[in-house]
Amino acid sequence: MTLLEVDDLRVTFSRKGAPDFTAVDGVSFDVDAGEVVGLVGESGCGKSVTSLAVMGLLPQRSARVSGAVRFDGTDLLRASAGQLARRRGKDLAMVFQDPMTSLNPVLTLGRQLTEVLRTHTDLDRTAAKKEAVELLGRVGIPDPRRRVGEYPHQLSGGMRQRVLIAIALACSPRLIIADEPTTALDVTIQAQVLDLLTGLVRESGTAMVLITHDLGVVAGTCDRVNVLYAGKVVEQATRGELFARPRHRYTTGLLAAVPRVDAPEGTALQPVPGTVRDRLPWTQGCAFAPRCGAADDACRAGEIALEAAGGIEGGPSGHPARCVHPADLEVSR
Amino acid sequence: MTALDALTPAGPDGAAGAATGEDGVGPWQSAWRRLRRNPAGIVGAVIVLLFVLVAAAAPLLAPYKPATSEWFGQVTPTSVPGPSAEHVLGLDSFGSDLLTQLLYGARSSLVIGVVSTAVGLAAGAFLGILAGGIGGKVDTVVMRVVDVLLSIPSLLLAVSVAAVLGRNSWSIMLAISAAQVPIFARLLRASLLAQRGQDYVVALRSLGLRRRSIVVGHMLPNSLGPVLVQATLTLATAVIEVAALSFLGLGDPNPAVAEWGRMLVTAQARLDQAPHLALYPGLAIAVTALGFTLLGEALREALDPRSSR
Repeated sequence: MTLLEVDDLRVTFSRKGAPDFTAVDGVSFDVDAGEVVGLVGESGCGKSVTSLAVMGLLPQRSARVSGAVRFDGTDLLRASAGQLARRRGKDLAMVFQDPMTSLNPVLTLGRQLTEVLRTHTDLDRTAAKKEAVELLGRVGIPDPRRRVGEYPHQLSGGMRQRVLIAIALACSPRLIIADEPTTALDVTIQAQVLDLLTGLVRESGTAMVLITHDLGVVAGTCDRVNVLYAGKVVEQATRGELFARPRHRYTTGLLAAVPRVDAPEGTALQPVPGTVRDRLPWTQGCAFAPRCGAADDACRAGEIALEAAGGIEGGPSGHPARCVHPADLEVSR
Repeated sequence: MTALDALTPAGPDGAAGAATGEDGVGPWQSAWRRLRRNPAGIVGAVIVLLFVLVAAAAPLLAPYKPATSEWFGQVTPTSVPGPSAEHVLGLDSFGSDLLTQLLYGARSSLVIGVVSTAVGLAAGAFLGILAGGIGGKVDTVVMRVVDVLLSIPSLLLAVSVAAVLGRNSWSIMLAISAAQVPIFARLLRASLLAQRGQDYVVALRSLGLRRRSIVVGHMLPNSLGPVLVQATLTLATAVIEVAALSFLGLGDPNPAVAEWGRMLVTAQARLDQAPHLALYPGLAIAVTALGFTLLGEALREALDPRSSR
């Protein structure tokens, strides 16, 4: 069953004295109930803006959002502020990137947890407090009864991210959007927090959109993956397909840049040359073409569709990619 | 969880225990600790405390009743009796005990100063929350009104208000608070605006909290520091302004109410023969204002997030 359906989402920022900037340029993907879907891409490709747009958190004055975000049948982009507020925190929640700044510094952890509970459920003060202690325990905070009265600055980054996860999960939402939940953490803590998050999500049957630039994270957690580049989805695949038969040249570039344990010794990592700023407008071809080793004139000859292979005889893979020269057709070319 | 325990900040038994202290040390408590370690702050606090004590206990401390002209016979056009065994600081030009007048003067300064600052703070905070919390057109309208108020020099504004409302202590309070409203409004608005873009505010919105509870329950407590500092500093200004307004003849016309500013005015006439009549109330005003200023500056340092630790 489809829980979240993002359809042709477009976000354009307008500023005085600067040309409009389209951060998200027609992104479509969906998330089934209980499924973990990854949004992958490097900084600046529109991942975070997509998640903020889904949550309705973009500044209304400077961001124009179009398309549709259907959550459980209702279009969140057209929902009233009140409707949206009732769903946020209760049906869909978000885990933010930076645990150091995402908690209110002057309130105790308990206050911040109980406030969400009391906004969306009819628990009274004592019941909410009890539930808060329970939630802290569930996310692996040692001695939750004591910690519940502490302030954010008394906790480490990893602990704070656990608290943020507890707050997001407080009202048992049906969908969690995790925006690079481990980026701000030490490497040693990253795996712990990620395991905790995916464990809790799987256990409760909550669906999750996991936003990351780390393909290693994707490999460990996601059921399906959307690779984003310059505001568009360039490849959609299940996790298995993506790693076994990546099609888009950007995906293969990202994969080549990830260190692998099974690579022969002395293999150099291959960085993707250039930055996301060296882009071609999607209307003129593939935005990735200026950075792509396989690009030719065909890549600069107008818009390219996100299509599944199959038009070509004997094409081995089926998943959709927005590429003129997909990597899996290398041999037949 | 043992591996994790090692990675979390130390509890009360750990090495970092001294820094974080006992359970639930909030930012306010740690600011309080920093305040207690600041010598200037302690001096300020002691002065303020003494001032408040004197004001509260004036009837107990004062050797005589205020504003009696019991000893008026001893005052001549050319001389005022100086210090003596009965009157430690001597008499004032109306023949009242000078020390008594000074002690009671603290009373009216404190009451007027505190009430006017409280009113100014409340009204300014209300406008600031409207402007910074709602934003948009409300912000524009409120801030233009505040700009107009701010463009009038505060003493002039206070003088005009006092002149319109007539001479009594209520009009002085209103006059002084009117001059404070724009300062508090601007300060709180700026603080709130700085909070608005913070990650935790976005996170709170993502949890479906109402705007009112985000502004009042979360952004406001985070914005109060500078306002508190300003309120303390404003108390110093208020004490001076009370004196200034009554010096200008806009104070309480009732001569039975002892008032430092008016004591200065009457002392003026005898400045050459009895300068101490002006010196004592002048000192009282200066020291009180200094106390509030020192305390305010120490508070500012204590609440500054950069001075943590």
